[in-house]
Order: sequence, then C-alpha cells, then structure tokens
Amino acid sequence: MKKEELLYTKDHEWLNIKGEEVEIGISGYAADELGDITFIEFPYPDGEVAEGDELVSIESVKAASSVDSPVDGTVMYVNSKLEDAPEKLADAPFDTVLIKLKFSHIDTSTFLSYDEYKKTLE
Amino acid sequence: MKLSGACLSEDCFWTHPWKDDIVAEGAKEFIILESLRQNKQGIQRDIRVCSFLMKKRFKEIVMEGKKTPLYDIHVKLGAKIVDFNEFLMPLSYSSIIEEHRKVRESAGLFDVSHMGEILVEGEKAKYWLNGIITNDMEKYDIGSALYTPMCYENGTTVDDLLVYILSKDRFLLVVNAGNIEKDFEWLRKNSIDGVSITDKSSEYAQLAIQGPKALEILEKTLDIGLSHIKTYDFAILPVDEEQAIVSRTGYSGEDGFEIYIPPEISTSLFEEILRVGGEDILPAGLGARDTLRLEAGFPLYSHELSEEITPREANLKRFIGENDFIGSEANKARKRKLIKFKMGSRRIPRHGDAVFSGQEKIGYVTSGTFSPMLEKPIGMALVSSGFDGENIEIEIRDKKQQAKTIKGKFFRRCEN
Repeated sequence: MKKEELLYTKDHEWLNIKGEEVEIGISGYAADELGDITFIEFPYPDGEVAEGDELVSIESVKAASSVDSPVDGTVMYVNSKLEDAPEKLADAPFDTVLIKLKFSHIDTSTFLSYDEYKKTLE
Repeated sequence: MKLSGACLSEDCFWTHPWKDDIVAEGAKEFIILESLRQNKQGIQRDIRVCSFLMKKRFKEIVMEGKKTPLYDIHVKLGAKIVDFNEFLMPLSYSSIIEEHRKVRESAGLFDVSHMGEILVEGEKAKYWLNGIITNDMEKYDIGSALYTPMCYENGTTVDDLLVYILSKDRFLLVVNAGNIEKDFEWLRKNSIDGVSITDKSSEYAQLAIQGPKALEILEKTLDIGLSHIKTYDFAILPVDEEQAIVSRTGYSGEDGFEIYIPPEISTSLFEEILRVGGEDILPAGLGARDTLRLEAGFPLYSHELSEEITPREANLKRFIGENDFIGSEANKARKRKLIKFKMGSRRIPRHGDAVFSGQEKIGYVTSGTFSPMLEKPIGMALVSSGFDGENIEIEIRDKKQQAKTIKGKFFRRCEN
C-alpha cells in the first residue's frame, strides 16, 4: 500500500478506509521502535469491538505494546498467520494488514495525513 | 500502538516507568528530559554535601550529558540510544537478536563504560574489605578478579561487583552504573582508618569483547598473546602507550575479556577491534547484554538482587564466604529462592508478574525475555524456598500462562 494514501493515528497505526471497512496496521517507525517482534495475538478475533479496545497485542524483545481500536465496529478479518510468524510484521509493516473492521461511523478528521504524521516524528 | 508493558528491564533501561498514555516516541524524549531534570536536581541536592571529587563528577555529568566517551561512535554506527541509569547508552545497533546470536557464535563488542570504578587502598584495605563483601578475599591472589555481592546489616544487597586485586593493598571495585554514588557512600560510611576510598569512574572507559572468537580478535588487535590469562584473572598491558587492565571476565556466559582503559583511547580501540574482527564481530548494545546475561542465568542488580533481596535468596551461596561480613547472619538461611523457567507460549514474562503453583501465589518474576537460542521466552523468578515443582503459571497481563521450571542452565555453550 502507498503510505502517502493512508491515514494515521498519533499512536503510529495506519488506517486504510474502503467504504464501510477499515484495514489497520502499524507504521514503519513503530515497527522499528519495537525492534525484534516475538509475539502477536488478537484478543478479539471476531465480534464487536468498541473504540479503545485492544485489537492486537504485540511483544518485542524490549517491550509490550497494543493496537487499540480507533472506532466502534465489527472484526471482519485478523491476520492470524502472524501469530506463528510475528517477525514477518517488521519486513513490510505498510503492506501488512493486522486487522480489518466494519464500522457504521468514522470521523476521519481525527486522523492524520501522511505528511501530518511524518511531522509528529520530527 | 501504545507501549503498555515493561521495556526490557523497566526500572533499569529507562529510569522512568512507562505510562500508558505516553506514545513510544514521546516517551523516549520525556524520559531523557525527565532524567536530565532529575540529574540537575540531584546536582543541586548533592553538591552541598559531597566532596570536591564528587562535585567534579557531577560537573562532568552536566557537561557531558552523562555520555560515555564512546557516545559519538554509537551514534555514528546508527545505534538506538536509550537512557540507562542516566547514561545515554546504545540499546542495539541492528537487532537485539542478531547481536545476541553473533556473541554466541562468534564475537560482540560492548561499551560498558557506564560501570563505576572505586579504588580501595591501604594497609588495612584487604582486612576491611573482607568485612564488607560476601566473598572471601583470602581465597584469591593478586592478579585475580572476584565476583561478590555486598550487603546491608539485614542481609539484603547494596550491590554486586567485581573486585580486582591489583596488589596486596590496592583493590579496584567495579560496580553497577546505577549504584556508584550509593556504593561510594556505603563504603565511606563503613570505612576505618588505614583505608582510602576514591571514585575513579571518570578515569576509566570499559569495553567488553565476548564470544568464542573474542580471544583471537583481541590478541590480533593488541598484538599480544592473551591465552595465559585464565578465567577471572587479569593482566595490566600496554595499549596505545597507556596501561590497560585486561581481564578474562564478562556477563554473557561466553569466553571473553573486559578492558579498562583511559577514556581518551577508548574510541580508537573500539574502532580497531571492529576493524580487526571484520565479519566475525558486531557491536552489541545493552539489549543483547541483557538477553545474554539472562540466558546465562546471571543476576542483574534491581532484578535478581536488590535492597529487598539477599544474595542467599538469589542462589549465590558459592560467593558467600566464611568471612564475618556485614549481613552475614541474615545470609545463613533463606525463605525465598530464585528459579529459572521456560514459557510454554510465546508471551514474554516481565519483571513483577505473579508466579503461581496451582492456585497459590508463590512469588514473582524478576526478569524475563525472549531467548534467541531457545527461541522461547525464559525468565527467573523469586519464589518460596519450599517450592520444588516443575509446573508453574505466570500471570502475564491478566492471563495465566503455563511455564516449566528448569534445573541447571538454560543452555550449554558449545566449546570450540
């Protein structure tokens, strides 16, 4: 995916909105900060999630972290292949969809464009 | 993405605990600023009471931002820099796992200049030290380094350190970075006439070269034979027209050396070792230092040893001598003990996670990490000394996970 066309959260997640669905992943910066990723788990592999729920739990040698839901929605897909090969996430973070949600409402103005996100890293 | 768990060793690698509402990048800046701020307060508070020498040291901290003499080369090599006990240190240059494996397979080079050096001298120094440290000095000769904890009256641990026996009345104590001031004060408070104690930390840079190829690479670099230096012995050798202490010691579980040199020549030696080692060596950061020591089962101060933990509890009985040292009574028995364990899942246990045997909470995790050699999370835990089972459960972020205790070593190094 072209990173310039994605939306971002200040917590280093990218969002790819397609109609009523949103694909979520983490930025290259986030992957780099985590370092060697050793564990990925999806606490809600299906069903309803609320904004702020922990969608993905990621651990690296140095830290534990989470991807929290940016919206209320329903889990449509989780990238369960990563549970067996968590290190793959770091290979192509912008091309790796972690989870896909269906939402009824999303306020895109709360997210950042690529340029805006890049500025937060400076 | 929010960082919510401990980072490496939360109270060690970053002096400030992570907070859920701070994102990774912001947090790093915040912690560095916070710790510099603490430094400055520390200076204001401490300068009033400390000696000229301590003042000089604090001044250096401000001037240098508490960087080691090798800071610039870490930045040049692209290291991720973190605040470790107020020192800006390399966490890793490429990847913690890659650096770890390189040390096990070949060699790694570490900057450990943050460690403190305290010189103890005087005709009564040996007699006095034997009442301060737990290990028995009488068992060691000039030219040896010995590992030892140092305790409070109640038996818990002030610090763990190496003592280099330079002569019959000169001893160099190498202490943990976070404990330099505390140790110095403790030693001074308990000192007697005929013993002088000096903080020499700013006069030494320290490099550690570790791994099966460490001997070969260092011999080539220094152009001198080193195989006569046996494990835990040291020699004083010329390096760049300066005197260096070269000891066959380390913190990785591999063969290797630690080198104490004047700060002025540390960068050139670091670069020269990397050049001579070529593809056989990688610079390695504190991340790999932590995973290596944990895999080797070595204690880390503030985790396996602390002001709440005795050396006896941390399974260090072999470093507790017959000498009558401060805290010796309390180290004759123990109610808790350290165990090693391996996880069933890939979840990494972190410092403080509760350990259960059945429904009963028996203790807590002191350190946990992903073991690159076993390719599984491993850890150590402090549990009731009566526990002797194999199956335990560890509560990691509110979920109990299966683990098995390990008797003996996590893994055996292959002897080349």
